[in-house]
Amino acid sequence: MHRVKVRVVEDALDANNTIAAANRADFDRDNVTVLNLMSAPGAGKTTLLVEALPNLEGVRAGVLEGDVAGSLDADRLADVHVPVTQLNTDQGFGGECHLDANMVRSALPSLPLSELDLLVIENVGNLVCPAEFRVGEDARAMVSSVTEGEDKPLKYPLMFRACELVILNKVDLLPHLDFDVEKFLYHLDGVHPGVPHLLVSARTGEGMDELRDWLEKLASRAGAPA
Amino acid sequence: MHELSVASAVLDTVLRHAEDRKVLAVTLRIGHLRQVVPDSLMFYYEMVSRETPAEGARIELVLVPARLRCDGCEQEWELEGTPEFRCPRCAVSEVGVIAGNELEVDSIEVEEEDSACIASR
Repeated sequence: MHRVKVRVVEDALDANNTIAAANRADFDRDNVTVLNLMSAPGAGKTTLLVEALPNLEGVRAGVLEGDVAGSLDADRLADVHVPVTQLNTDQGFGGECHLDANMVRSALPSLPLSELDLLVIENVGNLVCPAEFRVGEDARAMVSSVTEGEDKPLKYPLMFRACELVILNKVDLLPHLDFDVEKFLYHLDGVHPGVPHLLVSARTGEGMDELRDWLEKLASRAGAPA
Repeated sequence: MHELSVASAVLDTVLRHAEDRKVLAVTLRIGHLRQVVPDSLMFYYEMVSRETPAEGARIELVLVPARLRCDGCEQEWELEGTPEFRCPRCAVSEVGVIAGNELEVDSIEVEEEDSACIASR
């Protein structure tokens, strides 16, 4: 018997990335642009989508709603007539705290892709794991809220670096908090220099026109190379 | 992070390359920018590899520091402590990550029968 060294050099998440590429091909075939939207729990992802998606100009938007359990978020979107499919990670996926490519693939048959221009995958609320798993999206964005503090970019650099847009939500609460917006933006720029950001309030509508503009522009990205 | 799913993914890769041979060692490269806790990964790997040809293999974790390079002035630096991605020299915002994003199976060591042993049967 003797020892043999075998060179491997393979990404540990290769299998996930292969499925993500297959998802991407399916989305491209139907000309659907896909946004992976992430945040900590309670930052306001669903409320932002409820306010933004029904009012997009010339863009048919749908949502793949990811949660560990329940359909509360999907119900809210259905109430405003946004096509939505609920994906629960506790139904056959062990209650995972993030969506991965395989879970998204399992939901594809129930998505009306041919009737959509933009699909938002609302990920499970979590600032750590979702950033590690590609699901076949064209773009990634995240929501941070003013109630979470200015140091979040320093504590979760991978999440803030993974996204091409950072949405700072709940700015209507600023008069009641010690949150320093300039400090947050300084930390954000240190972790992801130059990343575009928006200051919004889903509740009052501040900044929501800019968010809708961004989503409308994103929808015209269908079929662009990865 | 997901050390259990990463450990399972690593095991799948290891077994595929081992091709039924007993695995003696596995070398993993984990970049500083990835959210994997090395001890946790080793723990889960030992768990998932039980009763497979990879059981008992020595795990070598190569921790790769995050190394950045400024696209503007080509200054290179290593990230330690605070995640500062702005160039320390010229504060340009186009910065490339040269190292630190790895989460990979680098190599494995397997046991192979000597051809002499086979010939003597």
